[in-house]
Amino acid sequence: MTATSTPPASRLRGRDTVRVAFSGLRARPLRAVLSALGIAVGIAAMVAVVGISASSREQVNDQLRQLGTNLLTITPGQQLTGGEAKLPPDSVDMVARVGPVTAVSAIGTVDDASVFRNQHIPEEQTNGLSVNAARPDLLDTISGTVASGRWLDDALAQFPTVVLGADAAERLGINRTDGSGQVWLGGEWFTVVGILDPVPLAPELDSSVLIGWPVAADLLGFDGSPTTIYERSDEDAVDDVRAVLPATANPDHPEEVSVSRPSDALAAQAAADETLTTLLLALGGVALLVGGIGVANTMVIAVLERRSEIGLRRALGATRAHVRRQFLGESVLLAGLGGIGGAALGGVVTAAFAQTRDWPFALPVWVLAGAAAATVLVGAIAGAYPAARAARMPPTAALATV
Amino acid sequence: MSTRIQAAATAPVAVADTRDPVVLLRDVRRIYPGHPPVRALDGVDLQIDPGELVGIVGPSGSGKTTLLNVLGTLDRADAGVVRVDGYDVEELSDRQLSAMRAHRIGFVFQQFFLSPGVTALDNVADGLLYTGLAQRNRRARARRTLTRVGLADRTHHKPHQLSGGQRQRVAVARALVGQPALLLADEPTGALDSASGAAVLELLHELRDTGTTIVVITHDHGVAAELPRQVHILDGRIESDERTAER
Repeated sequence: MTATSTPPASRLRGRDTVRVAFSGLRARPLRAVLSALGIAVGIAAMVAVVGISASSREQVNDQLRQLGTNLLTITPGQQLTGGEAKLPPDSVDMVARVGPVTAVSAIGTVDDASVFRNQHIPEEQTNGLSVNAARPDLLDTISGTVASGRWLDDALAQFPTVVLGADAAERLGINRTDGSGQVWLGGEWFTVVGILDPVPLAPELDSSVLIGWPVAADLLGFDGSPTTIYERSDEDAVDDVRAVLPATANPDHPEEVSVSRPSDALAAQAAADETLTTLLLALGGVALLVGGIGVANTMVIAVLERRSEIGLRRALGATRAHVRRQFLGESVLLAGLGGIGGAALGGVVTAAFAQTRDWPFALPVWVLAGAAAATVLVGAIAGAYPAARAARMPPTAALATV
Repeated sequence: MSTRIQAAATAPVAVADTRDPVVLLRDVRRIYPGHPPVRALDGVDLQIDPGELVGIVGPSGSGKTTLLNVLGTLDRADAGVVRVDGYDVEELSDRQLSAMRAHRIGFVFQQFFLSPGVTALDNVADGLLYTGLAQRNRRARARRTLTRVGLADRTHHKPHQLSGGQRQRVAVARALVGQPALLLADEPTGALDSASGAAVLELLHELRDTGTTIVVITHDHGVAAELPRQVHILDGRIESDERTAER
């Protein structure tokens, strides 16, 4: 034993560091739970916001998968001179001849025709409903479904019968489709034979009443020009088809034709919610920050209260680094506990919300990983100053306080 | 030199002449700045050989706690030579001093400083926490040490289930579990009734008989009179260094 050699170093095993950090929390469970709760609220808010927005997006995606994204609509745009353009009556058949097209249908708005519950209603009270002639294959093309009654087949299309869009039925106050319901349409009585479900890919049909193509021409002077052509093609060929549609639908004036993809509108609507999500996420971040301040406060008090413990540990051979690690570990554990609770709470909130809306439950893994990383970071930042203070405390001062 | 020979004769386990002293202080000074500055240690010379049981006696404010802190490497002297267990404290870094305390020095405090809600066994095992031993080995050694201080039947009791005397015995076991070269006890009987205090002193005597070097700090002359060597300290200076015949 000589004065130049040094004793073997102090060593605190990693497992013991965790154990020591945890024992600090166990000594004051209520305080630990309350400060962890602050973190939990922040994490729960953020997880729930992201989870709910992901579930909502998942719902739209589900809907798109179900409805397909290969539907294009063709409408007459504006003439160069500013007037309303029209599509030629044979444009539907011309679109059908494009190779990859699998289904085509169309509606034609019957100008000058309005629909009323009966003939006593003043003509200006149209309720915003439009009267459209529909081809029999419309329902299949737009993936529409009948809520009650039946769809216009070739036979019914010859007679004054009508199928109501979902909103139109509500506004007209008609829910009977057994043939007893009638509407006053363009100066004639039309019998209601069916009511449609809402149509996500063609929302304009919800406020329409649909009549057969032939009867529209015979009774109401419909000119046969389609106002919206619905077209489906192979998924891979949608862009190619889109490119040739204007010239196909109206060879004389392709520049007057406008083509749109309704599924894009649905997706865009989902994306519009992102702004709100970002705002709510920021609010959750503020809650997390407040929770972090709570943890820092708890740790500062813990260091002040536990001076004699710090002194004892230094006397038992703890280095400054060991003391710092103990309190930093305690802070990270505290925040981590809150993070786990918060993630679970956020998951439950998301599941409950999705349940009430009939949405699929979606909580991406990166959200949970992000929440875990956030709590570790918050715990480390909150504990850094108190831990450094504990480590700097001279052992004699720490022992002299009692 | 006659005291030296007497010391060797009364401490059969320690053969002072062939071993380095456990503690060697030469002209040690510790001055706390202030107006006026406090000379807590004012030129202290002290040598403690292996196997000795030494009482450091003095009234409060005499500098005995500062002396304990310097001996325990918790505090550094401002001047002079401090050599503990053969190491020159002045030359060691803070980390190395921590290592000294982890491996070579044990502390017993007046207030015990046991962790509440933790069994006697684990409190004692904590004496080895910073040596890097695995928990299993720490507990095995703690169990043996608890047996040594007569608490084999109290291993799973928590501090609040133990009497004051038993708690201090747990604290002694914690200081002892690492087999330190030097055991420092700061007023070990200060918080105990006389019967418990006598039992703890009896334990220290037994430990000393098995070769542990022990320094007891006390203001109680009755306690000091029980110890084979008494160093009286006043105003930071050693007033007297007496050895009494073994009981």
